[in-house]
Amino acid sequence: MSDASSVRRAALSIDGAREAGKLAPWLWTGGTLLALLVLNAGVGPVAIPPGVVLKLVVAKLPVLDLAADWPSSLETILFDIRLPHTALMALAGMALGGSGAAYQGLFRNPLADPYVIGVASGAGLGAVLAMAAKWPSSLLGMAAIPVAAFVGAVLTVGLVFSIARVGRITPITTLLLAGVAVGTFASALTVLTMLLATDELHRAIGWLLGGFALGGWGPVLASLPYLAIGLGTLVLLGRPLNVLQFGDEEALQLGLDVEKFKLVIVAAASLVAATAVAFTGIIAFVGLIVPHLVRVLWGHDYRRLIPLATLGGGVVLLAADIVARTALAPRTLPVGIITAVAGAPFFLWLLRRAKREVFW
Amino acid sequence: MSALLEMSDVAVGYPDRPVLEEVAFKVGSGEILAVVGPNGVGKSSLIKAASGVLPVMRGRVLVAGQEVGLLAPDRRARLIGVVPQATHVPPAFTARQVVLMGRTPYLGWLQRERLSDHEQAALAMARTQTLDLADRPMGELSGGEQQRVLVARTLAQAASVLLLDEPTTHLDLRHQDEVLRLVRGLARGEGLAVLIALHDLNLVARYADRVALLSDGRLKALGLPRDVLTPEELAAAYGVKIHVMDHPVHGTPLVLSG
Repeated sequence: MSDASSVRRAALSIDGAREAGKLAPWLWTGGTLLALLVLNAGVGPVAIPPGVVLKLVVAKLPVLDLAADWPSSLETILFDIRLPHTALMALAGMALGGSGAAYQGLFRNPLADPYVIGVASGAGLGAVLAMAAKWPSSLLGMAAIPVAAFVGAVLTVGLVFSIARVGRITPITTLLLAGVAVGTFASALTVLTMLLATDELHRAIGWLLGGFALGGWGPVLASLPYLAIGLGTLVLLGRPLNVLQFGDEEALQLGLDVEKFKLVIVAAASLVAATAVAFTGIIAFVGLIVPHLVRVLWGHDYRRLIPLATLGGGVVLLAADIVARTALAPRTLPVGIITAVAGAPFFLWLLRRAKREVFW
Repeated sequence: MSALLEMSDVAVGYPDRPVLEEVAFKVGSGEILAVVGPNGVGKSSLIKAASGVLPVMRGRVLVAGQEVGLLAPDRRARLIGVVPQATHVPPAFTARQVVLMGRTPYLGWLQRERLSDHEQAALAMARTQTLDLADRPMGELSGGEQQRVLVARTLAQAASVLLLDEPTTHLDLRHQDEVLRLVRGLARGEGLAVLIALHDLNLVARYADRVALLSDGRLKALGLPRDVLTPEELAAAYGVKIHVMDHPVHGTPLVLSG
């Protein structure tokens, strides 16, 4: 046995010494997210410079008493229209980034994304059914679409998981295959429903392309509890998710209750992804690319990967949303088109890069 | 000698096609039992059954007197540590992170590693001479170093039964010896009961206290290396002509085919 003090020193050298260097990723992602929140809120038919956005927000706080040297209409635009939209986009991006990292960890597959086990197709079917049934125009109001999308997503994931179960265990491969099969089936039903209900087609397509967003603070507040519970769970489960990277069998031999753990991760990640899809439509590539990027930049440790991918998802979607609202202004493009157009080549570049290093 | 690991009338495999039947043996504290036999005979299945990840079809596997199939994963992992082959190690984790994962059975899902866990991990690394590798990613380490880190991870589990499935397959001669000497030292020094599946019969002859020879779905022989590693037993099991002589240096059996 080597002397006890050197062992103790080695044990203590753990995090402390390198903690300082580990702050950089948080400052980068957090700082960029804050900057983009301000920039994003300023974009629109009435451009609001970042400085003014900050001033208006600060003035709202009870700490400082700023003299109001701006038109009150600006305040209405910022607080009732822009900021709710910006907040919803940030939340959706965070949801996609965080759940994407969790799915990739669960499947131990860098190609998994929040939609891989049927979240998107289930949500799409739910939403389109709601539109075809003209629920939105009934007393339930517009809120029916997110609710229907959410129910569709959760039901689909539940179906996929129960199909994928073999006896007492849920092998990753059957989970992926069941996800693809059920997802394709749900997508076919979605298209069929859209063809049969032609008047609602336009809105349904808009929703499926992503960027469908309800106005006001309602959706933001409605989605917050789901996202807080889901993302909070995922962020806290980074350590056991690291253990799972050694495979189901080895993780079980290391004492992780693998089946129960996978169920919790699927439930939390699907809750988060379904919430994002329900309120903002189907937005491609954010959940796939952001965790990749974080992994390339700052490593594979899920304790950091999940929160960093969460912040990074917000950054990417806010940036894409700015492009969507300025590229063809005054027209607003669905943000899902921007993420797909920018994301696909970027993803290919990542893949080529990945071949040259130890990636997985 | 108390039996830490005991199998009685164990059958493993698939309901319509059992791989192994009627396997029974005991491994005591400080003892190394090697499982040998031709490819596909079920050595890995036996190790998996002993670790509790593969349910037995019949019979019982007892670890420290408790049936492994009935234990919750964390309780089981505190009793049994499994050293896997270093073939599918995620390359990005550092050696220290990997060793700390040995503390999984002592931590709740939401819990961070405590200082005591870091100390256990550092102790395990000291015992396997891997402290120098602590902050290097697994992907940068040699096969022998990776294997030592995986042994350290198992030690951090603080289990009393150690299971190893072909730990030397991808190692060169020096690292084969290194890993097996380490395992023997742990068995002797810490009183671990070791069940190890090994291909190389000469390593078995040098490092195992007893040998279990599997063949045709049965436990064909169980005993001291000198009594099990005989030309007759081995020829019957492997289906080739086998010569056994004395090792010029160690005096242990030396097995040659042809």
